[in-house]
Order: sequence, then structure tokens, then C-alpha cells
Amino acid sequence: MRPYFFGIVLTASLGGILRMLILRSDYRQYPTYPHGYISHLSMGFIAAALGAVAWPALLEAEYVAVTFLAMAAQQFREIRNLERESLASLDLYELVPRGRPYIEGIARTFEARNYIIIASTLVLSAIDLALLRGTSYPLRIGILGAVTVLLYFLINSFPDKRVADIAHVRLGKVHFQGPNVFVDDLHFMNVGLAEAKEVYLEKALGLIIEPKDIDAAATLANPGQRQAIVHLCAKLLGIYKDVDTPEFSPLMRRDIKSGRLGVLIIPGSGDPQALIAAVKRAPVLEGAAAKPSKSYAGRERDDYHGTTG
Amino acid sequence: MITMARLDKLILATVALEEARQYVAAGGSGPVYIARDTEEQQRIAMYLSRITEGMVHDLENGILIIVRH
Repeated sequence: MRPYFFGIVLTASLGGILRMLILRSDYRQYPTYPHGYISHLSMGFIAAALGAVAWPALLEAEYVAVTFLAMAAQQFREIRNLERESLASLDLYELVPRGRPYIEGIARTFEARNYIIIASTLVLSAIDLALLRGTSYPLRIGILGAVTVLLYFLINSFPDKRVADIAHVRLGKVHFQGPNVFVDDLHFMNVGLAEAKEVYLEKALGLIIEPKDIDAAATLANPGQRQAIVHLCAKLLGIYKDVDTPEFSPLMRRDIKSGRLGVLIIPGSGDPQALIAAVKRAPVLEGAAAKPSKSYAGRERDDYHGTTG
Repeated sequence: MITMARLDKLILATVALEEARQYVAAGGSGPVYIARDTEEQQRIAMYLSRITEGMVHDLENGILIIVRH
């Protein structure tokens, strides 16, 4: 394996760096603590090392080594379980929980990123073995480094669907009819405490979300998707709520007739534009995404007027 | 939180005005508190809500209920 040593170390390190680049604390607000980073980075380096040794192992006719890839896949599936379990247990102590479907999406993303790293290092080491063998070390580092940057942009350019892609978001008016709170004509809930009503009238913000097509309507109707949206709003804007004031839990309700949705929240910071931005940039959950328009029956519906994307 | 199809929405307590006493029959869950006026009713409901971490709903017939969602 000696002739491959430099190539393996180089591609494994570049794969590890790539994992570091795509690991960031973003709208998911996770991971936000050093130990989370460390565990994901070390798994990322293991994935990178696996990808880096695959081709050299094949070239050396060490076919058994390739079966290790299958074992690795098993390991990474385990990551998904761990991630899911740890997030789900943390979720019990969130003021506004993420909800299981969102957690599932995050867990799946973390698993998938390891596969992306394996694939990337396979590409890197293939380039190294096929084109750069025998060239000088600085040249190999330079070219493979450039390819890594390219891969990074490629991975980042994968479209991550956001709510803004599938729906229009606008401000609505929060008002009461008796004890019932509405945003425009959308009913939310019955608020019994006079004190709570006053807070709602003074501080609450309401949004109306209009799905662009039947696919969007089906996706946004998913309660898990809705919980993810309110969780993000509460995380990003702050929330006017404590554990003993459930009446201030942010809500998302659906108009059963039109499929429109409403968001009602008392944010910590009352900036309506920030709230709209938070909702627009909320991710569309993989587990909630539905595409009735892809079926014959879906296209036969009277509310089907083509899709927007 | 939106929860699906589970029997976890419990009426923890009922706070009725004196004059609405006849609208609460026995049975069901939680004790029934009788308040002398709306101010007292609001106060009792608020205390119960904070203590039980339940939400207060208004049935609009002089009765407030505290529900765990």
C-alpha cells in the first residue's frame, strides 16, 4: 500500500475538510455546541478515509476491503438513529418543539452527508489515481484542493426547497371575535383569559400563507411541516412564552376550504419583516413533501391549475 | 404542539360563575370551582392555568375550562 499512502492521506484529509465546510450551524440551529461538531466531524473523517482507501484497495486486488464500505453504510445508518433519538429527547424540553418529522429530516441529512463525503472522496481519489500519479506533491495538493472546492459548491447548489418556493407569505390582521382569535378570516383558537387576549392584541403577529399549487397545499397541510415552521419562527425571533403559559404557543392553522394557512405567534422581537423572512426561509421537509400533481388523479382535480415548480 | 389522534386533551378543571352553576353537570374530569364574579373567575382560571400548565378556554356561557393540550 506504500505507493498509495500520500494519495490516501491527501484525499481523506480533503474529504474531512469538505465535511467541515458543509457542517455549519444554520437555520436548523443545530449543532450549536462543540461536542456535536466533534462527533459529526470525526464520523466525517471516517467516511472520508473509507472513500479514500476504496480505489487503492481495488487496485491491489484487496476485494475484501470493499465490503468494508457496506459495513460503513451500516454504521452511518446508526448515526441517523442516534441523531434521531438525541434530538427527540431534547425536543421534550423545547418551548416550541421541533416535531418528529423535522427531527427525522435532520437525522436523514446527517446520514446523507456522510454518503456525500464517501462519494466525494471516491471522486477525488479516482482523479488522483487516474490523472495525477507520479506528479509532484504540491501539484496534487493544488489540483485536488481545487476539485474539493468545486465539490463544495456542487453540494451547496443542490436545491434546498424553502417555503418561499412553494407559497406566498403576507401579513394578516390579528383580531378577536368573543374569545376566538383570528388572523384575517382564519380561526385559531379559543382564548379564555382576558389577560392573554390583551397580550395577543398588543403583541401578536399573524401571517397568511397561500400555497402556489396543489402540491404546495398538500405539503403545507402536513402538521409536521407546520410544527417545523413555528419552531423556527420561535427559535429565530424569540418567543413570548414560558412553560406555564401554553396560551402563547405559536400556532399554524389551515383553512379547510381553501388550503390557505395562517401563522399566529407572539415573537420576542415584534418585527413583522423578520417573521416573514423566517417563514419564507423555513425548509420544506422531505417527509412532508407531497406531489399529487405527478399523478393522473391529481391532475384531474378541479383545483389543479398546473404547478409552479 | 400539534399532536395527532391521541387522547391527551384533558379538561383539568372547570371554573363556573355562580349563575352558570346549573350548566355544569356532575361527571367528566376535573373539579368544578364556583366564582362569585367574572373577575374572580378570571383569577382562579389564571392560577389553575399556571399551576397545571393548562390552557384556559371560554365556553361563553359563564364557564371557563382548563385544558391540557
